[in-house]
Amino acid sequence: MLKGSPERELKEFLKAVRLEFEGEGQVLYELGRKRGVVDSESKLAPAPIVECRDLVKRFDSFAAVDGISVTVNQGESFGFLGPNGAGKTSTMRMISCMSPASEGYLRVLGQDPETHGPEIRSRLGLVPQEDTLELELSLLDNLLIYGRYFDLPKKEILQRADRLLDFAQLTDRKHDKVDLLSGGMRRRLTIARALISEPDLLILDEPTTGLDPQARHLLWDRLYRLKSDGVTLIITTHYMDEAEQLCDRLVVMDHGHIVAEGAPRQLIEDHSTPEVLELRFGNVGHEEYSAGFEDLAERIEVLPDRLLLYVHDGDEVLSAVHSRGHTPERSLVRRSTLEDVFLVLTGRTLVD
Amino acid sequence: MSSLTLRPHRPIPRSTVRVVLLVRANMQRYFKHRLLFVTGFLEPFLFLLSIGVGVGGLVGGIHVEGETIPYAVFVAPGLMATSAMNGAMIDSIFNVYFKLRISHSYDAVLATPMSPTDLALGEIGWSIVRVGIYSVAFLIVMAGLGDVHSWMVIFCLPAAMLVSASFSAVGIAATTYMRTWQDFDLVMMIQMPMFLFSGVFFPLTVYPGWLQLVVSLTPLYQGVALCRDFALGHLHLWMLFNVAYLLIMGAIGLRITIRRLAILLLP
Amino acid sequence: MTLGTLSTRGSSQPRIGWPTWVRAVWHNAFVYSKTWRSSIVTGLLEPFMYLVAMGVGIGSLVNKGSGGVDGVPYLNFVAPGLLAATMLQIGVSDSSFSVLGGLKWARTYFAAIATPLNYHDVLIGHLAWIAIRCSAVATAFVAVMGVFGLLASPLAILAIPAAALSALAISSPTTAIATRQDDHLSMTVVFRLGVLPMFLFAGVFFPLSRLPYWLEAIVQILPLTSGVTLCRALTLHQGLHPSLFLNIGYMLLWFGVGYYFSLTGFRKRLVI
Repeated sequence: MLKGSPERELKEFLKAVRLEFEGEGQVLYELGRKRGVVDSESKLAPAPIVECRDLVKRFDSFAAVDGISVTVNQGESFGFLGPNGAGKTSTMRMISCMSPASEGYLRVLGQDPETHGPEIRSRLGLVPQEDTLELELSLLDNLLIYGRYFDLPKKEILQRADRLLDFAQLTDRKHDKVDLLSGGMRRRLTIARALISEPDLLILDEPTTGLDPQARHLLWDRLYRLKSDGVTLIITTHYMDEAEQLCDRLVVMDHGHIVAEGAPRQLIEDHSTPEVLELRFGNVGHEEYSAGFEDLAERIEVLPDRLLLYVHDGDEVLSAVHSRGHTPERSLVRRSTLEDVFLVLTGRTLVD
Repeated sequence: MSSLTLRPHRPIPRSTVRVVLLVRANMQRYFKHRLLFVTGFLEPFLFLLSIGVGVGGLVGGIHVEGETIPYAVFVAPGLMATSAMNGAMIDSIFNVYFKLRISHSYDAVLATPMSPTDLALGEIGWSIVRVGIYSVAFLIVMAGLGDVHSWMVIFCLPAAMLVSASFSAVGIAATTYMRTWQDFDLVMMIQMPMFLFSGVFFPLTVYPGWLQLVVSLTPLYQGVALCRDFALGHLHLWMLFNVAYLLIMGAIGLRITIRRLAILLLP
Repeated sequence: MTLGTLSTRGSSQPRIGWPTWVRAVWHNAFVYSKTWRSSIVTGLLEPFMYLVAMGVGIGSLVNKGSGGVDGVPYLNFVAPGLLAATMLQIGVSDSSFSVLGGLKWARTYFAAIATPLNYHDVLIGHLAWIAIRCSAVATAFVAVMGVFGLLASPLAILAIPAAALSALAISSPTTAIATRQDDHLSMTVVFRLGVLPMFLFAGVFFPLSRLPYWLEAIVQILPLTSGVTLCRALTLHQGLHPSLFLNIGYMLLWFGVGYYFSLTGFRKRLVI
C-alpha cells in the first residue's frame, strides 16, 4: 500500500479516534471494515469485546454485583472465578443482555445492551448454568429451533448442526430425545446449541458444575479446541482447576467485588508462594500447632481439617516440621493454585 | 461424636406398621398444602350441583328398574365412583411418577427398612384414606341436596374405597412403565371415555345390545353399578361380580407394581 | 474435521428477516408439530367424546324429559357450549404447565431470551400460537357440527373467531396467573377454583336461567360465559343481538388485562 494513501490516512484517523472515544471505537471499526479499509488482520485492534466500568446489579437493596470493571479482548479466554453467590451469574446475565445493569457503564461488542440488546444477543452464544433444552425434542430439533431464533435458514442450520454435533461428539445421538441424555451430553449439546449462530462471543456460566470428572475433562477438551480456534470465551466457575486450564486471564470475585485480576500463573505468583505444605494432625485443634510453625512459612492458613503452610520449598519445611518432633497424620506438598489465591484474598475456600 | 457411633440394632418395624408410616407420610405431605386439600371437597360438590341440579332440571325423572327417580339421584353415585377413580388414578400417577422419576424420593425411602411392597401398599393405602375422606364429604353433600334415596347409600363409602384401591394399584403399575409426562395422555385416553360412557350420566339402555355388554365390562362400570345399586337400595347377585372384578384388577395391579418397583429401585 | 469450520469470526452481521415474535410463534408451532400426539386426546378427541356423551347420551334423556332446551334439541344446544369449553380446556392447559415449564422446569424461555428474542416476543409467540391452534380446533369442531346438521346458517362460520377470542380471553389471564405460581400443586388449586366451576356453570350444559339469581350474576362475570353465549348465538342463529358486541368487548377486556399482567409477570421472572 502506498504511503500517504487515503486508506492509510483513514486508518491513522480511526486509531486516533479510537483512543479518544474508546467505547465508540467498535462502531468506527465496523464501519472501516465494511468499507474495506480495515480488515481483521489489520494492526488496528478492534474495540474490546466486553467493557464494563463500575457495573452494579442490585436486587432491592442487595447488591449482587457491586461495582466491577472488566475488559475482555477479542480472542481471549476470560474467567470469572468465585464461590457461589459471588455475583458471577448476575454479571453473565448482564453481559448477555438478559438483565439490565442497575448502574455503571457496559458495552458488549461495542454496543450498549440497554439500547441494542437484540443486536448484541444475535452475536452472542450463551451456555447458561441450567441447560434449558427442549427435553421432548431430539438433539437435532433442539439445534434447529435455536437456530431459528436467529432467523437462520433451515439448510444452513442443518449443515452447521452436523458439524456441531460432530464437535460435541453427539452425532450418533442426533435423533434421540434430549430426555435420554446424561448430564455431560446435555452440556455439550448446550454448547453446540450456543455455537449454532457462529457467535462472536461464547459465554459459559459454570459449564462443568455437577458433572463427573470424566465428563468434565471431555468438556474441557472441547472448550480448549474452541479457544485455540480463536473463539472469545467468557467462563464463570468456582473450580480453580477449570479456571487454570481454560482461562488466559481471569478475575477473582467475592461478594460482588473483584478482588484480583490477571493471568492464572501471575495471580498465583503475586498472591501466593510457589508451594504449599498441607498438614493434618489427628483430632487436635490445628490452631495450637500453627503457632509453632510461624517462623517456617510465609503464611499459615488454619482450616477445620488441616493446616496450610505457604512456603518456597515444601519438602524442606516438612523435614523441619519432623525435626521439631511433630508427626502429622498426613502431609502433602503441592504447588500453589488459584484456590490458595482465593484463600489469601478472602480468608475463605472456594468450594465449601 | 458419641451420638454418631453405631448402636445395637433396633428392631425393624413390622410390615403393617411400615405401611401405616408411609401412609401417614403421604398424608402429612398432602395436608401441608391445605388449600389443595380443602378445594378437593369442592370438586364433587360442583359436579353434583351442575350436573345434578342444572342438567337434572332439563332431564327431569329417569326410569330405573321400574321406578322413576330424579336425575340427580341417578347421577350422584356415578359421580362418586368416578371421583374415586379420578382421585386414585391422578393422585397415584402424579405422585408416584414424581417420586420415582423426578425427586427420586423412593430411593431415600428404600434406604430405610422399607421394601417395595411397603411403598406400593403405602401409596394405595393413602389413596384409600383420601378417597374415603372425600367420599364422606360427598355423601354429606348428597344428603344436603336431597339426593339420598335409600339408607343403603352408606355402603357407597366402602364401594368407593374399593374402587380407589383397585384403580390406584393399576395406576401405579402403569406409572412404573412411564418414561415421560407424555405417557399420561395414554391414561387420559382410557380414563376419559370411561368417565363419559360407562353409565355415569345415562343408563346403558341408550346403547345397542352388544355395546351394552362391552360397556358393562369396563372397570369403571363396576364401580358405578356398585355405588348406584347401593344408593338406590337395590341388592343384586351381580354386585358380587362387580366386587370380584375390582378385587382381581387391584391384585393384578399390586403384583405388577411390586415387581416393577423392585426392578426399578433395587436393580 | 478441522476446527476452522467452527470459527466464529467474521459472522457478525445479524440477518434481518422475520420479526422476532414470529420466530417465537414458529418455535411453538415446531414443538407442537413434534409433540402433538400428546395433546391429541385433550385437544381433539375429548371435545368430540363430550359431544357424543352429552349431546346424544344425555340429550336423549333431556329430549324425552323436556323436549330440548330453548326450543332446540339438546345436542344443538350443548354443541356450541362444548366448542367454547374446548377453548377453555386448550387455553388453560397450554397456558399453565407449559408456561411454568418454560419459566421454571425446563426453563426454555431463558434459552429464547438469550437470543435476539426478548421476553415480550416470547409472550406474543405463546399467545399467538394458542390463537392459531384454537382456530384450527374450532374449525374442525364447527365442521363436525356442520356434518351433524347443527349449524343454523352460514353465519355460524363466525363461531370460529368467536371461539379463538374465547381462548385468548382465558389463556392470557391463565398465563398471568402461571407466571406468579411456583409449583404444580398451586396450579391444581387454580384449576379447581377457576377452571372447573367455569366449565360446569358458564352455561355449557344448561341455560343460565336454571341457576339461582345470585349465582347467575356471578357466572356472568366469567369470561367463558361470554364465549358460550357468543358461540351459541352464532351457531343457533338466534339473531345478532347488539348485546353480543358487549360479549366481544368483555372478552377483549379479559384478554387485555391478562396480557398486561402476563407481560409484567414475564418481565419479573425472565428479566430479573
